[in-house]
Amino acid sequence: MLTTSFCPHRLSIVTGHYGTGKTEFAVNLALAMARDGERVMMADLDIVNPYFRSRERRNVLEEAGIRLISSSQACSDADVPALPAELLTILEDRTVRGILDIGGDPVGARVLARFQPRIVMEDYQLIYVLNANRPEVREPENAIAYLRGIEATTGLICTGIVNNTHLCGETTEEEIRKGAALAAEVSRETGIPVLCHVAEEKFIPSLSDLSGTVFPITIQMKKPWE
Amino acid sequence: MAKELWKGNEAIAEAAIRAGCDCFFGYPITPQSEVPEYMSVHLPKAGGVFVQSESEVAAINMVYGAAGAGMRAMTSSSSPGISLKQEGITYLAGAELPAVIINCMRGGPGLGTIQPGQGDYFQATRGGGNGDYRTVVLAPSNVQETVDFVQEAFDIADLYRNPVMVLCDGLIGQMMEPIEWRPVPKRDLPPKDWAANGRMGRENQNSITSIFLDAEECEAHNDRLTAKYAEMEEKEVRWEEIQCEDAEVLITAYGTPARIALTALETLRAEGIKAGLFRPITLWPFPEKALHTLAGKDHIKAILDVEMSTTGQMLDDVRLAVEGQKPISYLGHAGGIMPTVEEMIEWAREALKEVK
Repeated sequence: MLTTSFCPHRLSIVTGHYGTGKTEFAVNLALAMARDGERVMMADLDIVNPYFRSRERRNVLEEAGIRLISSSQACSDADVPALPAELLTILEDRTVRGILDIGGDPVGARVLARFQPRIVMEDYQLIYVLNANRPEVREPENAIAYLRGIEATTGLICTGIVNNTHLCGETTEEEIRKGAALAAEVSRETGIPVLCHVAEEKFIPSLSDLSGTVFPITIQMKKPWE
Repeated sequence: MAKELWKGNEAIAEAAIRAGCDCFFGYPITPQSEVPEYMSVHLPKAGGVFVQSESEVAAINMVYGAAGAGMRAMTSSSSPGISLKQEGITYLAGAELPAVIINCMRGGPGLGTIQPGQGDYFQATRGGGNGDYRTVVLAPSNVQETVDFVQEAFDIADLYRNPVMVLCDGLIGQMMEPIEWRPVPKRDLPPKDWAANGRMGRENQNSITSIFLDAEECEAHNDRLTAKYAEMEEKEVRWEEIQCEDAEVLITAYGTPARIALTALETLRAEGIKAGLFRPITLWPFPEKALHTLAGKDHIKAILDVEMSTTGQMLDDVRLAVEGQKPISYLGHAGGIMPTVEEMIEWAREALKEVK
């Protein structure tokens, strides 16, 4: 079985509240798909964050054969909210798997709105990343409010939840379980399935009892002292 | 209390609200825009006032007005924006008004870059505005310290009736870290009976000013301020010494480079090289005596100052404190390039070869 079979659609659009770990998940998903033998293209469409964007991992992605399209080709450090025309390649080339890494909140998701008519013609999945340790989405009703806000802004329907609950270097398996409970609650109230629980490799053996897929990752978005 | 995951800038804003910040005035600039953004949503709900001013100059003058009326007032910006606020900061100091100023430093000079930097050390510690004044400068090196210091900053400002700056680099503002909302030390604060908030039964209204045209009067005012700064130097100085007891090579660093140095220390110690870190927490007052004493110890052979600055700014204070007792080297980068663990290790090995 492919490690990314929980994401079977051609396009995976990764959204969520600020700081839930969307980019970490998106980069790992791209690398895993590439390992599964897929041709992968990734677009960094984060126009709200100045640091910690997937374009900072260009080398790792390109070494894995992943083509990265990002907002500012000339300078990855400019905070210019410009979108690359190249993005259309992902939408038009139906032979590639596309991952779209979107900035946080409905504000960050707004970049998608202009592509909505094009995206709905494709086999896509809008993914909502959840982290139960982020104060503004730890209650199911708030988490759902952000989810609905992203849907309203983009004009796309969310069809998958990813539990990416962590505490950076202080993550424990209990944290991941706490997130699983929140994801289950959001799933129950919205009818949207939980696609996977994200966990660093070291936690995988102790999470075998979790219902649903556990997606093993290695941390890519490191801080300078890590 | 359970830990939560916060972005530095959001945490700064939430910490200020929890510390009873009444008013926030600010203007967006990367990499600190999440501070006003969070404030705009949450401060009014907490009963406070948020104004996005027309400029940084307007924001700091609104702080002056609100602080003069006895409110807990704050502004935040990043390097070029803080330059614009300097006139307001010297007026706050001159008029003896408490205020909290956040500088989430980026690269300079001029517009520089939006990447993290530490090139505003001189501006923060020497006073970027005119006249004889001092500003307490707290320099956190992680998000937990940042939220603790922002809360404490309001009390320190009120206690001394003086602006207090929390100086972070952009990385601290932008990164996500687990924190807990723990109690911070509270000061015993006098009533703000000096505030220009109406007669309040007094014979005359209070007035807030920094103008003293009479020579003797102006000198007396300066003397009073100087005495206050001496008290701050005595009571507010803070630093941290990590593995310094037996260290042969000593790194001095604050903020993000201090975090990087901790990783370098681990590697060096594992190799058998005795390395230590001296981390100033208050940049003004600088922990001069503590560093002087430490540098004088026989086991310290060499010192490396590390900053995200190419010219070396804290380096001046390190030299003044060390007073030539030991050789000092410098490692600095700018433009958002971080000093690396490898560079620090390389230096430590070379430095030990030279002195042994």
